[in-house]
Amino acid sequence: MNAIFCLAGIVIKELYRRKDFYVLFVITAVITLLMGTVTFFHQAGIVRYLKDICLLLIWVSSLVIAIVTTARQIPAECESRTILPLLAKPVSRWQVVAGKFTGCWLACGLALVVFYLFFGAVCAAKEGRLPLAQYFQAFWLQWAMLAVVVSLALLGSVVFSAPSANATICFSVVAGILLVGAYLEKLAALQPPILAWLLTLLYFTIPHLEWFYAVRERLVFDQDLIAWGDCALATAYAAAYVGVILCAAWLLFRRKPLTA
Amino acid sequence: MTPPAGLILALLLTIELCLAACLQPRALAWTQGRASDHLAQVLLGDGRQILANQMFVEADVYFHSGYYPSVFDQAHAPTNAQHMTLPAVPQPGPEPDAQARLPTHHHDEEPEALHDHHAEEEHEKAMSFLGPPRNWIERFGREFAITTHTHLANGKERELLPWLRLSADLDPHRVETYIVAAYWLRRDLGKPKEAEAFLREGLNANPSSYELLLELGRLYYESYHDARRAGNVWTAALRRWTQQEANKPQPDVAALGQITVRLARAEESQGRYGKAIEALEIALAHKASPHPEALLAQVQALRLKSAGGDH
Repeated sequence: MNAIFCLAGIVIKELYRRKDFYVLFVITAVITLLMGTVTFFHQAGIVRYLKDICLLLIWVSSLVIAIVTTARQIPAECESRTILPLLAKPVSRWQVVAGKFTGCWLACGLALVVFYLFFGAVCAAKEGRLPLAQYFQAFWLQWAMLAVVVSLALLGSVVFSAPSANATICFSVVAGILLVGAYLEKLAALQPPILAWLLTLLYFTIPHLEWFYAVRERLVFDQDLIAWGDCALATAYAAAYVGVILCAAWLLFRRKPLTA
Repeated sequence: MTPPAGLILALLLTIELCLAACLQPRALAWTQGRASDHLAQVLLGDGRQILANQMFVEADVYFHSGYYPSVFDQAHAPTNAQHMTLPAVPQPGPEPDAQARLPTHHHDEEPEALHDHHAEEEHEKAMSFLGPPRNWIERFGREFAITTHTHLANGKERELLPWLRLSADLDPHRVETYIVAAYWLRRDLGKPKEAEAFLREGLNANPSSYELLLELGRLYYESYHDARRAGNVWTAALRRWTQQEANKPQPDVAALGQITVRLARAEESQGRYGKAIEALEIALAHKASPHPEALLAQVQALRLKSAGGDH
């Protein structure tokens, strides 16, 4: 366990040493603050568009941080050959996978905390209220969703040789799930039998990340809290996918030659 | 011998000033032809109409607080913006049809109340696109998604305004955008001046739009209580309607109904019964009302008033 947290600590240090997070945060803050200065028809109290834009930027930024940070972890270790002394510590390959996952996920959580603090401050200033429970649910479920994304990127970093290819494929998969994941079964009904069967299989296999994205809309449109039991179930759902994907990553990483 | 740097700088500044003086009138001439073009129009060309439509749809999504059919439920997507100017909840009280039958005694009622009830029912039916969940994934997913059909109310309609403003900027020829924005600005947000300015902006871009004139007349009548100006604007709207729609195989009789009934109301309030009767007769001639008997009754009442010499 110690080895896992040591590896995680290194990943977190890497996040705050690199410029990715700062750049994304500054872009999010600047765009949100600029949008906040715009007035429409001299009407005060218009805030939903601002929440919408800010949360969209937070979602995009967090996905970029999660995928880009995770995608380069194992390939960078292999390329610089630091993986060899690491495994000679001795640290098992399973611990490497778990450590990298924990580090990336915690790093995403830290970034998300900063983003949500900014979001909360902007909304409190514009709306004059701070629904903390809603913000916590949105933060928690987004973080749970990021766990799935991080594990997917980690699996990709074992499968694909280049981090860029992995990142591109991860972005495409996540965007695909968010956009059409919920409608695959509807689409299947319109297809010939074999394709319909494949789409239905895909529908029941993929992690339904769109559930977590829907929480963003709930926050924008001031909807009621989600039942805490449902939040717990969604967390367990994400955890189950993370477990399966990390196992797959470990199985592949176990057999992966570390030198070209 | 090299000239001093200060001299070179002064020379360059002089050349720059001369060039600026020469080029400025030309530069103005280049931009004058495109005075109304802004960056989005120059960059996006005709593609901005698609974006404007998307912005309008976004306003509709906000109007429904996020409950909106996706691209995969397009059969249920609203086909027009009529529902965006419907009240948030069904109004209690007598049937709208009954109100319409007695228009001379109900000046505060909306003439389109005649259509509102039906339109609301239709809209409610169209927006029940979810149906029962087909599997556990869909059932559980609905715990997170927005699944109730509501309309913005209590001043929250202001949240539509950014998208409508953007839609109008991208496509100034989209008349619905001005009508929906002006409707909420004057009706619930207490901003008739802004509504008027926005409608006039729309009229500048669409000078022949009878829909915009109809809305402008409503603003004068309902917000400023200026029946004379409202009557003038509705007369202009009727003229435009006749020019554009009268000879069409399927004219927009719903709009004609609204214009004429409102015009009759404005004329009546000024004691010009003859003109009021004239307007209602146009509506009757074009079968512009689903309840012609109500209009006939109103014409009779106006004739009696006119014969009685009230004015």
